[in-house]
Amino acid sequence: MTGKKPRNLLYLDGVSVSFDGFKALNSLSFVVEPGELRAIIGPNGAGKTTMMDIITGKTRPDEGEVFFKGDIDLTKKDEAAIAELGIGRKFQKPTVFENHTVWDNLELALNRSRGVFATLFYRLTREDKNRIEEILSTVRLTARRDDLAANLSHGQKQWLEIGMLLAQEPELLLVDEPVAGMTDAETAETAILLKEIARTRSVVVVEHDMGFIRDLGVKVTCLAEGSVLAEGSIDFVSNDPKVIENYLGR
Amino acid sequence: MITSFLVKSLDRTIVVAVAILLALAVIVPALNLLTAPEHPLHVPTYLVSLFGKYLTYALLALALDLVWGFCGILSLGHAAFFALGGYAMGMYLMRQIGARGSYGNPLLPDFMVFLNWKELPWFWYGFDMFWFAALMVVLVPGLLAFVFGWFAFRSRVNGVYLSIITQAMTYALLLAFFRNDMGFGGNNGLTDFKDILGFNIQADGTRAALFAASALALAVSLVVTSGIVRSKFGKVLVALRDAESRTRFLGYRVEHMKLFAFTVSATMAGVAGALYVPQVGIINPGEFAPANSIEVVIWTAVGGRGTLIGPIVGAILVNGGKSIFTAAFPEFWLFALGGLFVLVTLFLPKGVVGTAQNYLASRRASHAAARKESESEKAASLADAETVAAE
Repeated sequence: MTGKKPRNLLYLDGVSVSFDGFKALNSLSFVVEPGELRAIIGPNGAGKTTMMDIITGKTRPDEGEVFFKGDIDLTKKDEAAIAELGIGRKFQKPTVFENHTVWDNLELALNRSRGVFATLFYRLTREDKNRIEEILSTVRLTARRDDLAANLSHGQKQWLEIGMLLAQEPELLLVDEPVAGMTDAETAETAILLKEIARTRSVVVVEHDMGFIRDLGVKVTCLAEGSVLAEGSIDFVSNDPKVIENYLGR
Repeated sequence: MITSFLVKSLDRTIVVAVAILLALAVIVPALNLLTAPEHPLHVPTYLVSLFGKYLTYALLALALDLVWGFCGILSLGHAAFFALGGYAMGMYLMRQIGARGSYGNPLLPDFMVFLNWKELPWFWYGFDMFWFAALMVVLVPGLLAFVFGWFAFRSRVNGVYLSIITQAMTYALLLAFFRNDMGFGGNNGLTDFKDILGFNIQADGTRAALFAASALALAVSLVVTSGIVRSKFGKVLVALRDAESRTRFLGYRVEHMKLFAFTVSATMAGVAGALYVPQVGIINPGEFAPANSIEVVIWTAVGGRGTLIGPIVGAILVNGGKSIFTAAFPEFWLFALGGLFVLVTLFLPKGVVGTAQNYLASRRASHAAARKESESEKAASLADAETVAAE
């Protein structure tokens, strides 16, 4: 099997998982290429978040295969190991460390060794400092670097979390509803930012906002009831009768 | 590496606290030993021992603050580590008695002779040497914490469940140490100590030295703990306390982080116990009682969790109150303690020190804001004056 898929960054095949008899994922198959930006849509309960849980090691699939970079079996690894492999995740609800400053949030996310003693004797190097400053300006939070993350607005928290993901330097970014609760201007800027990020890594975005997905202008996968309903450009997918019936029409 | 760690640990409050502790370590013994009993500044020996005991309690509370305040692990079994450190020291002190016990056996402590034991159990070997006992003081609690934490954190036992199993751990040890055939003196524990490192344990000089040692141990632990919580590791601890799964997704091995903090904390509690035993003259299984561990939580909460200084203040305040209260109205102490906990939780959730720090910070912030405002006003009026002059 491994010989067949060395090019795919992420490869899911026949993944099923059920919770108390409810099939959250039903033989889901799905591939992401290196450098691809992919949008995922689907009604509530379609299995979008469960799919992310499986990729990041939070949930183990009942059956099916999940491979990263061709031959790394993600079903055998835990969250920390998968994060270190280079898969970053942004949650639906912005989750930043509220009791830390914006700067410290980024410092914690920075892709450096994460052992007990490495962190105990960590010193901020010039290189790390420059990197954090660079990210701060990318996500427009330079002015608030010393403020507690708890005091940021909702949109700023979302941006800080995206900044934390950048600091992690992942090869694959999973982004769950990045523009929920954002103004139209913020939404448009987030689309620009994500496209920028996708130039150097793969990004998978789960989103409900069809306008936002149109802004992204990428390949779309529509999930429903735990498996792939349709895949293609936004116009192709939104004209698919099954998609209209299951998702758009409702 | 180590120096930067230490420099980071020393912010102003910590420097002041360490200076106070070091000063106490010199002044209190001096006032006790060098002044005549009728001198107005004389510190009687009983007070030296009493406050020496408070300092060991303060160290225990500081140890709990590292795991509870910064890491979110509400340990209800920290007194177990304290008691284990105490037992290790007690075993050393028992073996120092030698042939001076009631039964005059040069090798076996009195309780073993009484139980008709013929030889010293293997786990008492080595405790005639101070260095070995001192090693066990940190090793035994540390090892227990490591093994316990390894299983608990790896299985992701969190919150209330973790608190309950720490409570079960100390209760199990309580029952075990009550048994005579465990070989630790059963119900009576270890007592009737004679000397420590060759000095009479009842002598004023020894008591003063133990006080100084307790103050010193507390000062050193404060610097180390402060270094830990101000390092990047400490930031990870706070991060995992507030959002554990987020921290995992950043790639941190949360269980390793917790395990390290828990083990360090347990060794600190062990040292506290070892300094406590010679000052009170006894260690018995009662120290393992779950209520003791809960009291430590109350001291920490009263002083202010997550502030490092708070638990020290809390331990001394509550125990000072306890000494006074139990003398005046002995039957009401537990009600007072329970009431205190409820009141602090309701009205001072950050504890005495946390509330004071917040108050000072907000005053400083409003001062700074006021200064900025007056400066900009001044600048504006200056600009006005200039325009007027130009016209």
